[in-house]
Amino acid sequence: MSEKIGPGETAPAEGRRLDSLLDLQAMAKTLRRHIIEMTASASSGHPGGSLSSVEILTALYFRVLRYRLQDLEWPDRDRFILSKGHAAPLLYSVLAEVGVVSTEELCTLRKIDSRLQGHPDVNCTPGLETTSGSLGQGLSFGIGAALAARLDARGYRVYVLLGDGECDEGQVWEAAMAAAHFKLDNLVGIVDHNGLQIDGWNRDVMNLEPLADKWRSFGWRVIEIDGHDFPQILAAFEQAEKVKGQPSMIIARTVKGKGVSFMENQVDFHGKAPTREEAERALKELA
Amino acid sequence: MAPKESVATREAYGRTLVTLGRENPNIVVLDADLSKSTMTIYFAREFPQRFFDCGIAEQNMIGIAAGLAASGKIAFASTFAVFATGRVFDQLRMAVSQPRLNVKVVATHGGISVGEDGLSHHAIEDVALACSLPGFNVIVPADGEETSQAIRAIAATPGPFYVRLGRPKVPRVVPEGYRFELGRAALLREGRDVTVIANGMLVAAAMDAADSLAKQGVDCRVLNMATVKPLDVEAVTRAAAETGAIVTAEEHLEHGGLGARVAQAVVAHQPVPVSFVAIKDMYARSGTPDELLRRYGLTAAEIEKAVKAAIARKKS
Repeated sequence: MSEKIGPGETAPAEGRRLDSLLDLQAMAKTLRRHIIEMTASASSGHPGGSLSSVEILTALYFRVLRYRLQDLEWPDRDRFILSKGHAAPLLYSVLAEVGVVSTEELCTLRKIDSRLQGHPDVNCTPGLETTSGSLGQGLSFGIGAALAARLDARGYRVYVLLGDGECDEGQVWEAAMAAAHFKLDNLVGIVDHNGLQIDGWNRDVMNLEPLADKWRSFGWRVIEIDGHDFPQILAAFEQAEKVKGQPSMIIARTVKGKGVSFMENQVDFHGKAPTREEAERALKELA
Repeated sequence: MAPKESVATREAYGRTLVTLGRENPNIVVLDADLSKSTMTIYFAREFPQRFFDCGIAEQNMIGIAAGLAASGKIAFASTFAVFATGRVFDQLRMAVSQPRLNVKVVATHGGISVGEDGLSHHAIEDVALACSLPGFNVIVPADGEETSQAIRAIAATPGPFYVRLGRPKVPRVVPEGYRFELGRAALLREGRDVTVIANGMLVAAAMDAADSLAKQGVDCRVLNMATVKPLDVEAVTRAAAETGAIVTAEEHLEHGGLGARVAQAVVAHQPVPVSFVAIKDMYARSGTPDELLRRYGLTAAEIEKAVKAAIARKKS
């Protein structure tokens, strides 16, 4: 019989944990450097939306998620689904820092025969839950995983990271309705709300606001935070864990390209890699 | 065929799901507000905890099915065939096909025998769409008995499946003691002059055509090709070699379905004349199922004509 881990309990052989704020911040900087180096080396990829999600994933993988490095398929592991699959460089960087892939492997991103595909591919990279990259689908998968936890009386929790532009997709709102209908309090969504999508600002391309009210009206507990502030992020996850009878949505206000002065709020860096020279400048800022 | 033997394939599906549900607690069923038509309602009544009505939101349903399957469940997802393929094609591609998950998309109301609802509800491209997905297995059973056996087989076989069922009652066509085998054609009638390869509703028509042709001195082999993918290439090649001409018959567009896949196998392995009984490049209208099958050429008479045309093209 598999071991059951209730909420709040600590799993044995847990993944790497960073206790202090300073360590979390240092990790965030390391991840940002990886993102710059990887995308520059690949000459393609999505640095902007990877940089905006750095603190969210750092908090998840180094503080919140329960997983076993020696048993990635552990049935009671918490699930993380990167619905905004274009932030793959960030996810791979995290997997390298926790030790699922090697840091040397990161520079193979997007190259032929690499395990690190342009967008997450569950058949290629260890430690992934599903394939993503076609937007709008992760929350539905998360509902399925959360329903399975309920059916099997397992205590794991499901976390899904969405982009704000991704919320244009109709399927997101099908899932929003269903998760509340099924009262999935083991499901937590996070919207990386950096305000930018490929064609420009959300408000110009397709207005999302009032985004928090939309989720609330669909039956979700909404928690609004600064998505670069670790204490706020950690408090939000803690708060979500206490919610009963409904799913939680953390709306994380972020800055696209965060951490690199000339990338911040620059929509061009959504899907464009830095040149070698830009990468050098970025790495100096992130030293 | 005695009318009392007639059963809709969707009815057989609904009953089989209940049996499977009793045998295997890992089976879960999803529907998109059509459980009274897809007949998943029987499962829903007996196993409400394992049944998820997703409302009229098919894309979300496929994603949820994928999440359940990735967590160890055998997920059956049902709705009408038009919605189970075209409406959710990217979800099938990203969430089910590529990750090779244990999701069984069992679609009812395939083809034009849906009848009066008209083109919005006539799935005529679904088999082509499902076959186009790498790793997807595609089955079109001929009758209730074959449906029951096919559903049991796919529940026991890991990986993604698309099963296309129909709305109307259909006569039993598989013989007593029939054993469905995944990926294998079933020989329903031996013959030397030509082979008719059919599936779904057209198997009964193929048998009728073979009876009629026999009276005219044409000895017609009939293969029930329920599994469209992976295709039984060996049976097709043997039919081509031994009978020298092939006719395919399906309730689907001429392109991308059974006929196209058989033709591909024939061209690659044993080139012989092939004729196609299928819907031409068009959408159908409202009408009764029988009227529509006649209007769009999906009858025993059309199969007979195609057989004669194929035989005429044989090299003597």
